[in-house]
Amino acid sequence: MTQTKFSAANRFRRTVVNHLASGLAVLSTILVVAPLIAIFIYLLYKGASSLNLAFFTQAPKPVGESGGGMANAILGSGILLIIGSLLGVPIGIAAGIFLAEYGRGSKLANIVRFTADVLNGVPSIVMGIAIYSLIVLPQKHFSALSGGIALGIMMIPTITRTTEEMLLMVPHAVREAALGLGVPTWRAVLSITLRTASPGVITGCMLAFARVAGETAPLLFTAFGNNFWSANLNEPIAALPLQIYVYALSPYDEWHRLAWAGSLVLIVLIVVSVSLVRYVTTRGVLKGAS
Amino acid sequence: MGVGIQVTNLNAWYGTNHTLLDINLHIPANQATALIGPSGCGKSTFVRCLNRMHETNPIAKVSGSVQIGEVDIYADASPVEIRRRIGMVFQRPNPFPTMSIYDNVASGLRLNGFRNRRVLDETVERSLKHAALWDEVKNDLKKKSGASLSGGQQQRLCIARALAVDPEVLLMDEPASALDPVSTAKIEDLIFQLKSQYTIVIVTHNMQQAARVAERTGFFLNGKLVEFDSTHKIFTNPGDKRTEDYITGRFG
Repeated sequence: MTQTKFSAANRFRRTVVNHLASGLAVLSTILVVAPLIAIFIYLLYKGASSLNLAFFTQAPKPVGESGGGMANAILGSGILLIIGSLLGVPIGIAAGIFLAEYGRGSKLANIVRFTADVLNGVPSIVMGIAIYSLIVLPQKHFSALSGGIALGIMMIPTITRTTEEMLLMVPHAVREAALGLGVPTWRAVLSITLRTASPGVITGCMLAFARVAGETAPLLFTAFGNNFWSANLNEPIAALPLQIYVYALSPYDEWHRLAWAGSLVLIVLIVVSVSLVRYVTTRGVLKGAS
Repeated sequence: MGVGIQVTNLNAWYGTNHTLLDINLHIPANQATALIGPSGCGKSTFVRCLNRMHETNPIAKVSGSVQIGEVDIYADASPVEIRRRIGMVFQRPNPFPTMSIYDNVASGLRLNGFRNRRVLDETVERSLKHAALWDEVKNDLKKKSGASLSGGQQQRLCIARALAVDPEVLLMDEPASALDPVSTAKIEDLIFQLKSQYTIVIVTHNMQQAARVAERTGFFLNGKLVEFDSTHKIFTNPGDKRTEDYITGRFG
């Protein structure tokens, strides 16, 4: 037996299998990254030529007039995402803490976890309709606030589930160390467990943020869109994805070009904001911290 | 200064598993007391009952009384207050991985709302010196993570962290079992120095270790305290046949 185990044929087979596995891993990576790069290059090709100062400083011009930009939509998207994050991040993290630290194994926790998973699967257009009937109809007008709330609710399940997973990965010994020092449970959870898990939790928040940043459907009947400057939370507000949607469906070439430019700007803004958050939150990491 | 511990009729359970049966003993102040016994005999559960860490497990239960100094820890105080007076060092070094060396030592005070910079600096330095770690880390206090130290250094860091909140009792649950012989020797030296100021209870698998560091030794078997006496007596002339069998290596 031992003779055959170390034979040349076996060694050859192992080498081949090893290379095959590495090759598959590389191939999969390429398959994952390639579409992203392709989309980006295509957007650059289609949209970069329409980018100019006016795009970033002006609101859209009426049909027939050339020029104009999407500055109001960039501002609008920023406002909507801030409202969404203010709502989604704290609730999402708090629910994740409940699932991992307090409710473990309880009936309520199972219900919350199940609800979060279902919420994650709800089509975004349904979220838009739900917020429309819950907030827009009673108020009798579209508003930035309702759009932000729709985005915020969409962020919650992703953040909750990643927070839970990340907290569960923190070794039990770390919790015991904190409790053993005479630290109250709530303090140990916030200052020790959550802090230890923070890189993963931040990744979860960024995923949720990037996902809703490009959402159009939940904004159609809530934020509605606006061709003029507005920062009023009680009025309809422009948003990049909405503007792109409207322009792309329009019959005008000028608007098509602006839609491409808008798509490019949207992707770049998402990448920049995610990288920025990552840079800021990893700056203080110490040598040797795991 | 350390205080004595009086344990009366202590029973403990994990679920339906009765892990400690009617433990009675007095642990004297400012001495090291070693607890020995085979795996699963209840010695770890016992020390975890002394600072109410046992009850952090949701299925755990406890009855009886533990008096530390004048305080009955199950009747007169909250677990949080008790754990501030009774420090604990665990089997595996468990520094807070995202914190610097300094922050690890200061964590007990900071997390309890203490902010004075000067006092924190002094406490960190004193605790690290007490734990015989100061000279090795004084230059990277705020630069290096606690997790970047070697295993033995991490364990001394955990001891410093426990000392920083100025406890009266120090519980050590097999503090050297995950360490190499050199680090183990350092921890034992440390126990020798610390017992003038703290009451130390150390759980150990290593009988030589018990013999080296402790004035008194208790032998646990199947959840019962079989024998509790001076270390010298336990290791040279045990009163119970089972103690003798364990000491001489006939089981366990």
